[in-house]
Amino acid sequence: MSQAVQEVGVLPRVHYLNASYGWKTWLFSTDHKRIAWLYLAAITFFFFVGGAAATLMRLNLIEPQGSLIEPSTYNRMFTLHGLVMIFFFLAPSIPAVLGNFLIPLMIGAKDVAFPKLNLLSWYIFMLGGTVFLYSVLAGGVDTGWTFYTPLSSTYANSNVMSAAMGVFISGFSSILTGLNFIVTIHTMRAPGLTWFRLPLFLWSLYATSIIFILAMPVIAITMVLLMLERFLHFGFFDPALGGDPILFQHLFWFFGHPEVYVLVLPAMGVISELIATFSRKRVFGYGFVAFSSVAIAALSFFVWGHHMFVSGESLYSGLVFSFFSFAVAIPSAVKVFNWTATLYKGSISFEAPMLYALGFIGLFTMGGLTGLFLATLAIDVHVHDTYFIVAHFHFIMVGGAVMGYLGGIHYWWPKMTGRMYSDRWARIAAVLVFVGFILTFGPQFILGYLGMPRRYAVYPPEFQTLNVLSSAGASILAVGYVIPLIYLIWSARYGPVAGPNPWGAKGLEWTTASPPPTENFDVTPVVTEEAYAFGTRTE
Amino acid sequence: MPLEPSSNFIQASSWADDWQTLFYFEVGIFIFFSVLIFSAILYFAVKYRRRAGNETPPPTKDHLPLEITWTVVPAAICVVMFLWGAVLFIRNGTPPAAATEIFVVGKQWMWKIQYPDGRRDINELHVPVGVPIRLTMASEDVIHDFAIPAFRIKKDVVPGHYSTLWFKATKTGKYHFYCDQYCGTSHSAMIGWVTVMEPAQYAQWLSGGAGSGGKSLADTGADLYKQYACSTCHDTGRGPSFVGVYGSIVKLSSGQTVKADDAYIRESIMNPSAKIVAGYTPIMPTFQGQLSEEQILQLTAYIKSLAKPEAEGRKAAKP
Repeated sequence: MSQAVQEVGVLPRVHYLNASYGWKTWLFSTDHKRIAWLYLAAITFFFFVGGAAATLMRLNLIEPQGSLIEPSTYNRMFTLHGLVMIFFFLAPSIPAVLGNFLIPLMIGAKDVAFPKLNLLSWYIFMLGGTVFLYSVLAGGVDTGWTFYTPLSSTYANSNVMSAAMGVFISGFSSILTGLNFIVTIHTMRAPGLTWFRLPLFLWSLYATSIIFILAMPVIAITMVLLMLERFLHFGFFDPALGGDPILFQHLFWFFGHPEVYVLVLPAMGVISELIATFSRKRVFGYGFVAFSSVAIAALSFFVWGHHMFVSGESLYSGLVFSFFSFAVAIPSAVKVFNWTATLYKGSISFEAPMLYALGFIGLFTMGGLTGLFLATLAIDVHVHDTYFIVAHFHFIMVGGAVMGYLGGIHYWWPKMTGRMYSDRWARIAAVLVFVGFILTFGPQFILGYLGMPRRYAVYPPEFQTLNVLSSAGASILAVGYVIPLIYLIWSARYGPVAGPNPWGAKGLEWTTASPPPTENFDVTPVVTEEAYAFGTRTE
Repeated sequence: MPLEPSSNFIQASSWADDWQTLFYFEVGIFIFFSVLIFSAILYFAVKYRRRAGNETPPPTKDHLPLEITWTVVPAAICVVMFLWGAVLFIRNGTPPAAATEIFVVGKQWMWKIQYPDGRRDINELHVPVGVPIRLTMASEDVIHDFAIPAFRIKKDVVPGHYSTLWFKATKTGKYHFYCDQYCGTSHSAMIGWVTVMEPAQYAQWLSGGAGSGGKSLADTGADLYKQYACSTCHDTGRGPSFVGVYGSIVKLSSGQTVKADDAYIRESIMNPSAKIVAGYTPIMPTFQGQLSEEQILQLTAYIKSLAKPEAEGRKAAKP
């Protein structure tokens, strides 16, 4: 069957990639699919910038005294790494690339609700990114991505203003994207595509968009307050000016914790798609998985205080935030159990996207379970601000979000390009990423448990063995990230033609040609079946 | 004194033992669920691997009891962890009244330690074993964090606030302490040693050290009191007297009351008009920027010494 459909794609025809040529037709395109490519190019650049900073850090930590760079440089590297990866890679990764490309295709629409706004979002993102890059080239910023005051507002001598401005600007891109997605999903679904027939990827993007709209304005306000204090000495946060440094933490984490769910929720959506397709099963407990996304989004706004258990917040705040932090673990656990149950009696194949999906479930499980340690008031007292935290959130953000992103890119790549990459190389890369990841961040749990503080350019010698192990793992991880860059670019030109539905998947995006025509569908599709309706009717 | 790496991470406080038990419980939960999920995935992946390209398994029906089970069971486990962690945290939240007080001031990038009898140190904390110790901590600049992994404790040291950390060391030895809150360029150099000693040894160490000329904290504070001319008002009735004030309940002009503790005294020095004692006018200037956190601690120690009856003599001796 998959043989038969592949023939369709070989015919020379007009699609969104070859409909027009020249850089202007890309930079001024309002086609959501082309805008997705603009984002893809930008965030791939930022990913390797952030990755280069991480490489320098891991090299430096091979020796306790720092083998490579001065502490002041090291501090700039982890700040750069954090800011780039959070704001300029992870936040736009799945939503702005895969979401942009897929939302209209998955709901049977021609484009998003506001195509021009969509293009504007990209320009805002690029403006923010450029301002941020200026701060890096002008000497960098050394406050940590958290910008804690009064270090950032009064004491730091680095480029805080331009870095904060970059973050401030780029936030508006996410707000507009979120707005666009919400309106699109509400108003542009094909006939018959009810809410409970939506692919789970869209449920998770919908939840993500809500967080974008509610949380991003808070970081924008916080950055403005920070800039006002730093530049004009308004006393919001610095006690010497009459402010309160803890206020900044409340504002920052009111944004910051929902933000980390912005990073992982879309990946959860991708995983639901992958698990369903590669086990040829409807996602087990569809309704529970869908509502758990919404529950996570809602609860994510009530957990921010768990970043402040040891900062002097009141005991009662600590109790409330600890409780809600445990509560948000439940919908996450529900997802993991349902994904695992989806495999039951399935027909499971192990192409590269599925390897990423299975890797995601394993790493996310471990990342989530270690989150319980941090939600526990007593335990947090010791492991807070140590490498335990670093390991935990990398399990969620790299083991979770990046694995989900790579899995999604591999899964929809044939749809985006019409071409297939080498599955063998892709599997090798997926395994390298998984193994390299465990070796990099596994030892960091032990380092944190032993008390090694995070953000240390130099450290006591007893921590060296585990740091060397972590750095060695990072080198494997780096190779795992570079390989896909090579074969994916190669495949876009030389890969075998993929055909509209190379995986035998369900979902509207697989019913149109690969690459899709500019208007996505020749005729507006009508949906008559549930999502992931495998085995209910012949393809 | 050279140290074996392992000696930095023994359980060396009473809290560390409680902490460790809960930690092992959570490690158990971690291992159980990780193994459960990993083995389920592996088992299904092998058992249900695709055997023929075109096979399409029949759909599996959703299963409500199963969904409820794996919602309720993790929730119950979470409640246990929440309560256990909260009870430990609350129980250890307040230091015992009898705790020995030591003052810690963080500044970029060192820790200044002051003992009540006047001994001072940098990046070295000495404590007696088996005695509850309360650290009253302040920051001169940015947020720092005082962390002692062997005791499994830490607390942010936030400028503008006093923070308190307490522990009872149970094993003599030498352990690392760190700054755990990123505080700028030399953050990673802001580390030092806690030396836990036998009480007799500690007493000997305390008396032998260099400090501020053998003067106690309160005596140094008394000097500052004179030097900054606090006495011009506070000993003449223009400002409230400090005799017997520390620890008492003070009536404010707003009608509210406040307990005269370290934080109140600090605030009254740095931001005098925040809380005006009933019957007085807000004429005191701020000493923000003129007094360091250490000096405020010394002044506070002096005011504290006036709370005790025997301090009357010292005050009367003043001109």
